[in-house]
Parts: sequence; structure tokens; C-alpha cells
Amino acid sequence: MGIAALVGTPIKRREDPRLITGQATYVDDIKLPGMLYMAVLRSPYGHARIRSINTEAAKQAPGVVAVYTAQDLKGVVGNIPVAAPLPPHITNGMGRRGPLAEGKVRFYGDPVAVVIAESRYGARDALDLIEVDYEPLPAVVDPEKAAQPDAPLLYEEFGTNVAASVRPPTDEIDRVFAETQANGGIVVKQRMVNQRLAPSPMETRGVVAEFRKADRTLTIWSSSQIPHLLRNYLAEQLGLPQHQVRVIVPEVGGGFGCKLNIYPEEALVAFAAMKTGRPVKWIEDRSENLAVTIHGRDQIDYVEVAATREGKITGLKVHVVSDLGAYLQFFTDVIAIAFTLPMICGCYDIPVAYGSCDIVFTNKAPTDAYRGAGRPEAAYLVERAVDLVAHALGKDPAEVRMINFVKPEQFPHKMATGTVYDSGNYQAALEKAMQLIGYQQLRAEQAQKRAQGKLMGIGLSSYVEICGIGPKGLTPFGLYESARVRVDQSGDVLIYTGASPHGQGEETTFAQIAADEFGIPIERVLVIHGDTDSTPEGRGTYGSRTTAVGGTAVYNAVQKLKEKMKQIAAHMLEASPADVTLEDGKFSVAGAPQKAVTFAEVAAAANFSNTLPPGIEPGLETTVFFEPEACTFPFGTHICVVEIDKDTGEVHLTRYVAVDDCGRQLNPLLVAGQIHGGIVQGVGQALFEGVVYDENGQLLTSTFMDYAMPLASELPPFELDHTVTPTPYNPLGVKGVGEAGTIAATPAVAGAVADALGLPHVDMPFTPERIWRIIQQQQAPSQPQA
Amino acid sequence: MIPAAFEYHPATSVDEAIALLSQYGDDAKLLAGGHSLIPTMKLRLAQPAHLIDIGRIPGLSYIREEPGVVAVGALTTYATIERSEVLRRHFALLPECASVIGDPQVRNRGTIGGSISHADPSADMPGAVRALKAEIRVRGPQGERSIAADDFFLGTFTTALEPGEMVTEIRFPLPPERTGSAYMKLANKASHYAVAGCAAVVTLGADGTCTAASVVITGAGTLPTRAAAVEAALLGKKLDEATVAEAASHAAEGLELMEDIHGSKQYRAQMACVMARRAILKAAERAQG
Repeated sequence: MGIAALVGTPIKRREDPRLITGQATYVDDIKLPGMLYMAVLRSPYGHARIRSINTEAAKQAPGVVAVYTAQDLKGVVGNIPVAAPLPPHITNGMGRRGPLAEGKVRFYGDPVAVVIAESRYGARDALDLIEVDYEPLPAVVDPEKAAQPDAPLLYEEFGTNVAASVRPPTDEIDRVFAETQANGGIVVKQRMVNQRLAPSPMETRGVVAEFRKADRTLTIWSSSQIPHLLRNYLAEQLGLPQHQVRVIVPEVGGGFGCKLNIYPEEALVAFAAMKTGRPVKWIEDRSENLAVTIHGRDQIDYVEVAATREGKITGLKVHVVSDLGAYLQFFTDVIAIAFTLPMICGCYDIPVAYGSCDIVFTNKAPTDAYRGAGRPEAAYLVERAVDLVAHALGKDPAEVRMINFVKPEQFPHKMATGTVYDSGNYQAALEKAMQLIGYQQLRAEQAQKRAQGKLMGIGLSSYVEICGIGPKGLTPFGLYESARVRVDQSGDVLIYTGASPHGQGEETTFAQIAADEFGIPIERVLVIHGDTDSTPEGRGTYGSRTTAVGGTAVYNAVQKLKEKMKQIAAHMLEASPADVTLEDGKFSVAGAPQKAVTFAEVAAAANFSNTLPPGIEPGLETTVFFEPEACTFPFGTHICVVEIDKDTGEVHLTRYVAVDDCGRQLNPLLVAGQIHGGIVQGVGQALFEGVVYDENGQLLTSTFMDYAMPLASELPPFELDHTVTPTPYNPLGVKGVGEAGTIAATPAVAGAVADALGLPHVDMPFTPERIWRIIQQQQAPSQPQA
Repeated sequence: MIPAAFEYHPATSVDEAIALLSQYGDDAKLLAGGHSLIPTMKLRLAQPAHLIDIGRIPGLSYIREEPGVVAVGALTTYATIERSEVLRRHFALLPECASVIGDPQVRNRGTIGGSISHADPSADMPGAVRALKAEIRVRGPQGERSIAADDFFLGTFTTALEPGEMVTEIRFPLPPERTGSAYMKLANKASHYAVAGCAAVVTLGADGTCTAASVVITGAGTLPTRAAAVEAALLGKKLDEATVAEAASHAAEGLELMEDIHGSKQYRAQMACVMARRAILKAAERAQG
């Protein structure tokens, strides 16, 4: 251990001073000479044929430089990239689109034309002058209706809205269900709706493009989670070599997955910059963000669970209907198949699990990865399934969890789904959470309140999720991460990471890793990210992968440099490299601590070839790529308490305890921050949020006046604790924590609400009227039995 | 979310504002705190060609005790009302109502005059002003006049203001002894406007029976509506839980109910009753001192 011993310490984030003092640069802060502004004309219909578009009046408007429609892009700009198409399920071309709608619009907000003008106001004004002759078509917004043969078709030429239907044989699960019932066990069924959500980062999307005609180089500033992928795909879309495209990701005000995507606007802004020869900016407004930036969740899950009378689950059968929306975005098609189905067993050693899936197009915004991306859906359905078993058997949900957990000694453990979990101790997390909240006491209090006619509920969620993607084979392209580390002549360290942290705090954690390993103060380490010209190829920040994969790349690069520095130090100390150790920023010879050279002296020596040992190259710089051999599986248990106002149906969250295990914690302060924010988003889904379309595909939640975000004033303080079960799959032992809170919180609140109402299941969001109606039904005089 | 072009006129006096308002007629809108108008302009639901900013006119923000009356200037912000000791002493309802409007940023900007002139049916302040039977002072090209709050709200976004008139002051008559007031609302979880709200004022006689009641429902209907049946059911009675519950069950009578994704008509009607019951009980408790 070096003097710093920063790893494991709750130090404050190094990025915060510039963020909280307003000195950070976001996309909208980029102002270039001669810059033009883009505004996008969007479909007011959920589904319509475009008969004609007349842009003449708009082109004549003051300050308008150009107006483009799909016709202008034909043969020049390629389709919106899809990272993981699923052949042969997805018929070639279904769900693909160019940056502007051609012939048809398929969802409210579908881009139809753009205006490029001297000012943002002028561009917006000119939109009103574009005449589009629409022929409205019947829309379909319910994925189950969309799968019916008589449904209106988004892509007529394919004769169906169903992009893929995964239906393995059911023989084994059918046998298990029959056997369980024959032996006196139970089978419980439930349809669950995991509603559509809008990611709603504080900063909306935005793009600036500048094209230098002389050398045909394109620079893009984008609020993105994936600078390198954006560069690569955009280059392909525009027919440019990758090295002529530079992507700069300045400060990003939140992504939550919605910026892990390449949208029409990137190519449109770039195209406009290339055509006009002037820089072009587009900043998404909040209504656009709620309408056209990807949505999350939107699954209907049919869950059947079989269990013995003792509560041991014998089989789980899940059918997922995944609503894709109108088009494929980056990962739209694989959310259910690659991230929900493999995780349906949760923390439980279920002998037989079956998953089937229909993924269906509807006249709504595309869905894609939103904080948790498919795993929250899995955690929700399996946690609800365990609660269903407990409810049906009259058992405590904690007891049913204990009975069914994978045991600590079973790891690494292959689940019935085929997914292999790395490490875990689910029991310990549940026990700790129960102790922290005073579970037995709470149950007593609940009984007392029930006797007084009050509605109090306790909800548990023992989650597990996949982080640190990803190993070879999991995706079509492999998800490594990279780090270039340089020790300069003065002994300062620069870390160039291919990852793209945007609020997660890796400028701090990566520096902690390097400072500790080199034994130098953290002030001497700088982390640089988000510019494809200066950072090595990376895959971006999402899926709670950055510290596990990118942090490991940093760690490995530092090890390589340490080895080289030891060789140089050994030469300076006239010792054997094997005898040289690095501690507290000093290289010394084992057994002779007075024989030492400082970190800075070695750094300087490395840059003067005269002082180098023979055969050693000058300079201290290395680039390392790391691809993990397997994913990590963080876990934990959250327990919460709700009280329901019987008169209004309002659900009040009164206590919230979270015990999380993300492996080794590099910075407990940042871990707590991720958990806090995650819980709020998970609670948001349970209590408040929901994207609503009417049957014609009109969006009814297009502003924050109608889309309810969770507020601090509606939430109790969170009581956090943790356990530590390192992963064996990276040298840091870290698993990932970015999505854990979100994944855990939703089923915990859902469990508490069902518990308060004494029902097996209630669909989200638990809005006052929905809960009030249930209470009204419960209070209505019961019908005479037939 | 970019407004259409407009011309901006910063008025320095009420007379100037009225002159501008008369000059531009329907093409003009008054801008006070802007927290209702600017969002609708950003959505282009409102596209006034002229914006007359009255926010800089001096002397329109005050809370003044006069004989028998507390006078509140039209540009007084919710935050000022929320913190006013004078108001708290006489009408608990008013600071209570102000405290549940929007969030601190909204309360720092939004004004009482702006709120009642805008007459959003889901807003909180119109219900409070009506329940307290305020007198609304307005000025226009023809000079000054007063409108009783009961006559001021005509419908959704519609008031008794004539073209060229603006609200200058809201005058709250001091209540008799043993009067209590309260405001309760069920907030829309997104906008925090009222799905249903109730402003209640009750006066108790020496024997504890209700001698006067003023109950106004907001949010549920298309305009803040006096719940006359509730008031009638309270008069002459001791305000115990059962009596109040029975009276409050008439709260939705006469409402022209609204409906949206945050509440059906049926739910709003029922919530009007729940909020009425809670507000009346709280007001009665305060009346007892």
C-alpha cells in the first residue's frame, strides 16, 4: 500500500467544483463563429402517410439558410445505426430508418424535415411554414394488439408487426408444473405490466457539427455516452473515413442509457454542416426529449411460478411481450432477449426456468436501454413471483427468499437460464437489511396498524444483475475498454480512458487507482476522457461497466508502467529489478531502504535516453485494452415501508433501507451517490412515472406538467449499508453499481404496496386514483356467492 | 419550446400598462411573475404579439393592515404571502395555500394578482381568494372599480376583467372572532397543481355551532366553485367529524368536472369531498383556537 491509500476512501469527486460553480462546458455552451441552428419538424400524428411536403415558404423565411427533407438525404446519409441486429428473427430492413421519415411517419415526433437558420428562433419559426399533407392512418399503441393479425401495420411490406418471436419447447417446464401440482404444490400466474418510462436526464440531447471542407474533417460535439461508437457509426453513415471524424463529448448532464444511442439529429446536423460549410447546432428541447429520445421498459410479462407447499420454487415460466416502439435504435431489439430472459431466475436456485418472448413494433417512440436495460424487468418479475408464492402460501416473503436463494458455496453458479453468476452471498445481504430496518418489529407494527384499519405495507427486493459487460460473444462486437497511461517527465500521470464517464465520477476513481498503485498524491494524476482524437478506442459508459472494465484497463496499464519504472530504477540503483520495490512514491532496494530513488526521478530518467538501461525504450507511456472473461453480478436487498392514504389512494414511502454488494468499493461516497440516485429512479417508476399515449398514438405526457418525476420532497431519507463480495473476474474485485438502486427499488415498492393492500399484485405506477379504485373495490359490499 | 416573436414593453406605472393594454388589445398580455404565461408561450399555446411587463412597476407588492381589511398588492409573490405574519394571524388559509404552490422557484416569482387574473381552474390561489370573500381592485381606462371574488371567476381562464383592465390589489376583510380557515389539496404529482383542492373558512358561535361557512372547491371543476350545499349543511351545527363528513359529501355538487390522465371525473368529485372534509375540520380546529 502506498501513502495515499485512496482506494476504499470516501473522497469527494474531483469533477464537482467545476460542475457546481457553473464552469463546466456542455454542448449548448459551444459557440462557434458563423454557427447556424437547426430545428426539426416532427409528426403530429402517431401514424400517417406523407402525401407531400412543401418547403418553399420556409426556404424564403428571413434567416433561413436551408430546409432538408428525406429527399435531400437519399444516397448521401445512411440509416440510423443498430448495434445488435438479430438475424434471422428480424426481417431485413424492418424497423430501420433514415434520419428523416420517408413516405410515412410512424410515431408522434417522427422527424420529417429540418430547417437550418441563422438563429434558433428563426429556425423554429420557419417550421410553421412547412406544409406537410398527411393522410392519417389507424395507429396501434398496445403491443399485444399490434401482434394480432388484423392490427394496423407499421411496415406493410412485412405483413406483421412482430419483429421476432422466441418460443423454445415447453415440454420440460410443463412437466415440472404438472409434477409440482401432483405433489400438492402450487402454480401461481400473474400478468405484469412494466410501464413505459422517459429517461429524462437533466440535460437534454444536443449536437454541434463543424466541417472543414479543405481536408474534409468533421468535428462533432455531442451529449453522448459513446464517443468512439458515435464516431465509427457516423463515419459510416456519412461515407467518411473514421479518422476524418472527431467526436468530442463535453460535460454530459445525465444519460441513463438514452445517450447510448445514435439518433437522427447527429447525422442531420453533420449533413447540414457539410452542405452549408458552416457549423450547425441543435439542442433538444424538453418536449422533444420526452417525445423522441428513447423510452425505457414497456414490457408485459406473463409469469407462472410453481412451488412446493414449503415455498421451494420448482419452476418459473415467463413470456415477455416487449414493445419496441416504431423503429430500431441501438439496442432496441435485444433488451428483452439479451438482458431480461437471461436474468429471470434472479437470486434463486430455480431448477427449471423457461423464457419466451415476442418483440413487437407499435406507433410509439423507440424503446432502448434505460438505467438497468432489461434487468430491472427481470428483477421485477422474479421478485414479484417470489412474493406471489409467499402470498399464496401465507408465508413471509423473507422466508421464501431464504429458502430459494443460491447459497454462497454454490458460486460460480450456472442458473437454469444458462447464465453463470460469479460470486454472491444473498442471504447475508437480506439478513443485514432485515436487521437494519428491524423487520420483526415492523411486522408487529404492521399488524397493529391493520387492526386500526390503517394500510401499511413492507416490501422486499433481493436483486441480482449483470454488470461489467462484456465478455466475448455477449455482443456482436465485444465490449472491451482501454486506457493509455503516461507518466510525464515531471512525474505527473495522465490517464486517457476510452470510457466516457458522464456523472459517474471516474475522474476520481481512476485517479484513486493510479495514485495508490504509484504511491503518489492524487493531485498528480489527471483523467482525460471524451475526445476520440486524444483517447484510445473505447466502447463507452453504460451498463455499470466503466469501473469494472475501464478501471481494470487503467490498473493493468499502471502495472506495466510500474514494471518498466522498476527496471529503470534498478539501473539507477545498480540493483536487480527483482529486488526493487515501489512504496510511498519511492523505488528502493529490498533490504537496503536507504538506497532509493523517487518516482519523479525515475520519471525524469525515463525521458533521458542516456540514463536508461540498455534495451529499454525512452518514455513512460502504454496503452492497454481489457476485455473481461466474464460478467459480474452485483446484488443486495432493499426493504421499504409504505403507508397508503385510504381516502385519496396516495402512497407515502416512509422508510427505505438498502444493503448493496457491488464487490469492492473504490469510493464509498460515489457508491452511495449511485445508490441514492438509483433508488429515486426506481421509486419514480413505482410511484410516479409513466409515458402515456392515447389510442391514436398522441403523446399525453409531453411536458413535466404531465410526466411526473420523483421529487426529494416525496422521499424519506435512505438508510444504506453494504456487504462486500469481490468478483474474481477483475483484479480490482469491483462489480458495478450504476444501476443497482434502480433495479432494486421498483420491486421493493411494488411489494410494499401489494402487501399494504393485501393483494398478490398491483400494476404500476401506483398513482393515487389507481390505488383509490382498488380500495373502493375492496370496501364495496361483497357480491353474494353464486 | 421556443416562443413565437413578441414585442416586449416594460411598463413603469399602472397607467402606462393600461395605456399599452388599451393600445394593443387582444394582441397583448400582461406579464407579472410569468410562471403561467411563459410556459404556455414556450409551447406556442399562447402567442401574444405584445408582452407588457408589469413586474417592474413599483408599489404593487405589499401586505398592509387597514381598518377591517388586509390589502395585498397584486405583485406580491407567493413566497411573501407564505412568510407573512400578518396573513398568518388573520387567515391561516392564505399562507397555507401559497406554501403548496409549485416549488420554491415558482413561489419566488409567481404573484397573487397573476394567478387570479390567469384563472387556471387547477390553480390554488383563486380558491383561497374566493373562500376569503376578497374584494378585487382593478384599474382600467375608465378608472378604478372593485369586483367581489365571487363575481370575478367566470370560467376556465376567464375572469370579469374588461379589456384594458388589470388587477392592482386584493382586499381581504378581517374575519370575525372564532374564525378559522384552511386549504387542503391533492396535488397532481407532475405539475403539483390541484387535482382537487378545498379552501374553507368557518366561524363558530359562542356555543360552538357554525355561524358562517365559506367553502370553495378548486382543481376538480372548470373554475373555483363555491360549494353552497356544503356551507348550508354546516350552518347552525357543531362541527364534529360526522357532521363535517356529511356536509363535505356534497362538495362536488354543482361542479362542472374536469378529467385528464391525473384524475377522472369520478375521482375528482370524490377528492373534492375528501379535501373539503379535511379543510373544514382543520378550519374548525383553528376556529376553536
